[in-house]
Amino acid sequence: MSDIKKIKDDYIDKLNTENNIEKVNNIKSELFGKNGIISNEFKKLGSISVEERKKLASDLNNIKDELQNKISIKIQEIETKEINLKLEKEKIDVTLPERNIEIGKIHPVSQVIDEISSIFSEIGFSVEEGPDVENEYNNFTALNTPDNHPARDMHDTFYLDNNKELLLRTHTSPVQVRTMLKGKPPFKIIAPGRTYRSDSDQTHAPMFHQVEGLHIDKNINMGHLKGCLNYFIKEFFEVDKIKMRFRPSHFPFTEPSAEVDIGYEIKNGKIVIGEGNKWLEILGCGMVHPNVLKNVNVNPSKYQGYAFGIGIDRLGMLKYGINDLRAFFETDYRWLSHFGFDPLDVPSNYRGLSR
Amino acid sequence: MKFTVDWLKNHLDTKFNNNQIIDKLTNIGLEVESFESSTSELDTFIVAKIINAKTHPNADRLKLCDVDVGSDKTIEVVCGAPNAKNGLLTVYAPPGSIIPKNQMKLSVSKIRGVTSYGMLCSESELLLSNESDGIIELKNNKYANKIGEKYFKNTSEKVIDLSITPNRPDCLGVRGIARDLSAAGAGKLKINKKSNLKYRGNQNINVTIKKEKAQGCTIFGSCLIKGVTNKESPKWLKDKIKSLGQKPISAIVDITNYVMFDLNRPLHAYDADKIDNEIIVRSSSKGESFEALDNKKYILENDMCVISDRSGVLGLGGIIGGTRSGTEYSTKNILLESAYFLPRSIRKTSKQLNIDTDAKFRFERGIDPLSIEEGLIKASELIKQICGGEISNLDVKKIDNYKKTIINFDPFLFEKTTGFIVENKELIKILEKLGFNVTKNKKIFKLVVPSWRPDITQSIDIVEEIVRIKGYEHINTSEPIKTRLKPTLNYYQKLFHFLQRSVASKGYLETVTWSFTDSKINQLFKENDEEISIVNPISSDLNVLRNSIFPNLLFYLKKNLDRGFKDISLFEIGPAFKGKNPGDQLTVIGAVKAGKVSRLSWNDKERIVDAFDVKKDVIQSLCEAGIDKDDIVIDDKTPSYYHPGKSGGVYQNKNEKNALAYFGEIHPNIIKKLDIKTEGLVIFEICLDCIKETKQKIKDSKSEYKFSDFQKSERDFAFIINKNFKSQELVNIIKSVDNKLIKSVRVFDVFEGENIPKGKKSIAVNVTIQSEEKTLNENDLDNINKLIISSVESKSGAKIRS
Repeated sequence: MSDIKKIKDDYIDKLNTENNIEKVNNIKSELFGKNGIISNEFKKLGSISVEERKKLASDLNNIKDELQNKISIKIQEIETKEINLKLEKEKIDVTLPERNIEIGKIHPVSQVIDEISSIFSEIGFSVEEGPDVENEYNNFTALNTPDNHPARDMHDTFYLDNNKELLLRTHTSPVQVRTMLKGKPPFKIIAPGRTYRSDSDQTHAPMFHQVEGLHIDKNINMGHLKGCLNYFIKEFFEVDKIKMRFRPSHFPFTEPSAEVDIGYEIKNGKIVIGEGNKWLEILGCGMVHPNVLKNVNVNPSKYQGYAFGIGIDRLGMLKYGINDLRAFFETDYRWLSHFGFDPLDVPSNYRGLSR
Repeated sequence: MKFTVDWLKNHLDTKFNNNQIIDKLTNIGLEVESFESSTSELDTFIVAKIINAKTHPNADRLKLCDVDVGSDKTIEVVCGAPNAKNGLLTVYAPPGSIIPKNQMKLSVSKIRGVTSYGMLCSESELLLSNESDGIIELKNNKYANKIGEKYFKNTSEKVIDLSITPNRPDCLGVRGIARDLSAAGAGKLKINKKSNLKYRGNQNINVTIKKEKAQGCTIFGSCLIKGVTNKESPKWLKDKIKSLGQKPISAIVDITNYVMFDLNRPLHAYDADKIDNEIIVRSSSKGESFEALDNKKYILENDMCVISDRSGVLGLGGIIGGTRSGTEYSTKNILLESAYFLPRSIRKTSKQLNIDTDAKFRFERGIDPLSIEEGLIKASELIKQICGGEISNLDVKKIDNYKKTIINFDPFLFEKTTGFIVENKELIKILEKLGFNVTKNKKIFKLVVPSWRPDITQSIDIVEEIVRIKGYEHINTSEPIKTRLKPTLNYYQKLFHFLQRSVASKGYLETVTWSFTDSKINQLFKENDEEISIVNPISSDLNVLRNSIFPNLLFYLKKNLDRGFKDISLFEIGPAFKGKNPGDQLTVIGAVKAGKVSRLSWNDKERIVDAFDVKKDVIQSLCEAGIDKDDIVIDDKTPSYYHPGKSGGVYQNKNEKNALAYFGEIHPNIIKKLDIKTEGLVIFEICLDCIKETKQKIKDSKSEYKFSDFQKSERDFAFIINKNFKSQELVNIIKSVDNKLIKSVRVFDVFEGENIPKGKKSIAVNVTIQSEEKTLNENDLDNINKLIISSVESKSGAKIRS
């Protein structure tokens, strides 16, 4: 017995100082292998007396457990140490730059069009489109602007032929004409798109964007127009209150016509929408002129409604603090990166119009 | 339309103050653009301080002064005044100023080799005194804190500038504005004084309006005023003319202008002694000419309305008079014209000749045809008062009579249109104050439209009159009606939205460029499309509609490269034009990618962008937009602006004849022609309109979910194959061996050169084989392997690499 105990103590000491996993494994087989010391001791049990056997067996088992336990703890200890050592060597500088991120952007005009579409979608409008090249009839005559009308002077028109039959649309209103000609009332559409006028200076570009709105049904009146635009402006500028002013104006294709101003003030050199005592004109609108309805085969004694036209670029400039309209179309990489929007930032009602 | 409040009060009795008037004008649709003092030539002279006066390097008598004019930087002025010294407060005139004494306009000039920006003024130069020995010395206590401010106070009356919409010719005269204000409750319109003018003798210059088809004049009224003394206008009249932003000319001309702005009644004064016998109002013949009061000679076309005498054309009726019969200070006898010209004729003639005058602006909008006499009387009275003379009887020739416009108006239309009610009593009051004659017949109003309102022709016009005078603030704000008639976006609009954002998410910046471009660049990309020229382009390098998006994209790519950017990814989604008729356009995406991938990366090897970068972007974007990748087929036929060997076309499926997208390198010739300096340039384009609409919604088109848990095996093969043999075909051959068992085929190596015969290449593929019914054993797999090898070898002429 004392022999075994001594063996045990020797090995415990050995294990205590051992740090090599292979050597621990060697000790394990020295003790518990086929001809291991402990294994052999167990074999001896068969040749001794029952009483002795009982006692020795119990001692042997205790020693076996103790040694095995020690070995497995030791192995774990060494492994942990080795892993820790390895991990220490493997440490990388995580502050080194990541692989190149390629960040794309959505142009402010596109973002604003999506914002506008999202808002009008909420109140049941669908999106229509029309061609950039229009004929004279759809752009002017059908819209109650005959050739000798001075209102034509307000539209500096690009022409594609000398007879002035084909032109680049000067506003999105011809989409009204197309929509009503191809369908039957009621109509409830918006039509965003490119528009063109041949002037170019600090505040005018030869190409810009408008969104047309049209709602024709049996009982649509100016109150609905006011309500619709009031809703839109509030949603678009994401403010609770908006100061808005409807002011009589004139467009050949609407009557009565109005221009809409919103209140603003300049705070710390930035424009703040919805407050203040200054007025900024942002859109034109009115009740669709009976002559227009007749031109598109809609009976004006049965149907009536409103139309509006909003400058998209201008809205974007106001909302996002962009000063220069010309910069929208100059493809300066710096400008696009600065004012562009993340492609995943899709304007929607439930997730919010903008971040 | 400009006028002063004083002038308005000639026609309007009002208790409103200026701000109330301004607000009222805007509220009734007469938009106030500005309300400020008219600019004066003296506005430019400002208080300044000499900071440092040193001797001119090339002239002992001159001084070089650094002058503080109230801006960030001082200004250098050369000055000859002996009293110019440091710290002196004086008056500075910047370049462009007009010196009152000699009416000279200052310009930037070099004086003895030193540039002088403007001038420091003496009292005599400003006509303040005769003191010309030195520059003005301003008192410190009064002017020290006024540096940069105007020296002369602008004492002119404040001018209201209205933006009058084209439907309101009546408000191009002060009286019309007063009438609108009175209807809106801002005061009472004054009644015109009855004239007690004494007429003597007849207008003995015979006037004939020729009855011609294209006759643009229907009424010609006139009177003779004999024995006038033309002169400078009196101060009150000069001030009125100046407040309009115009220059006084002579009493007679100023009076006709004054009446035009006062009553919206254009007039013309002829020197009666210069008229050859008679006045004939007729249509012109092509080639006739005359010299107009703007000192230009106009050569006329057929059928322009001219006022002529026996010697020829005197002037263009309602547009501009001629120099031959113009009034001068020496004029003794005048013929005063007050006529009605048809808007259509005026507009056509003025467009053809490109003339714009105040008279033309009014006649083309429609002048009150019943104001002929009123205008003659008012002007004659003033002429008699200022210039003396005797006035003949008025002579009015007509070839057409004015017909009243009568509208039967149902007030219900007002409520139906505006959503609110105005009591009949108020409604009548508004209309009567605007000049309508109102009679009521049961529920319907019979309205006689005033002759000065050519814009009012039907009931809806009446609604507008009432609502604008009543005020738009009375319109209720109804909650938006949310009823939806159809989905917000259709298939192609959704596609637009998806693809736009898919492409952007691949690292491309979206841009928006003009729909027009430079024909010189466009022709490199137009293929077989027709060139669509703009008749009146904004500039010669934006003279055609773009047939492709690339001309603009490459133009701006180059600009950004010039700005020092090296790695650029740009795209635009928008129209490309295929013809000049409405609808001849396609919605396309064009994208460019230039430079390197992983530039200056510490861990990745940098390389030049290549065709497979854009191939990935285009295919991935299409997949994200809902196109099935397994259906997509690629070929190598591309438009001529692509590199012929390094570009491809993308087809929605194997049955499509037309590519919906292209990708690859741009043709080297184009890079050279456009002088684009970059390490690499690849492009892609997607034609949205070429994508076939999938009719089924995703909820109906998802196939049944199937998967296999049986073991899958992967096998690698390498084939030696003709260099031109397309990998896509090889993959298809392998797949077609057993569509059920072969789950995927991936090309993982392509190799030419060493150990490979000339004209051949080695392609290595990895094939995944899996059954949906059982675990394949070695035998099954061997059979498939053999089948793959034999199929490929027989169908492609390839040899398996051993």
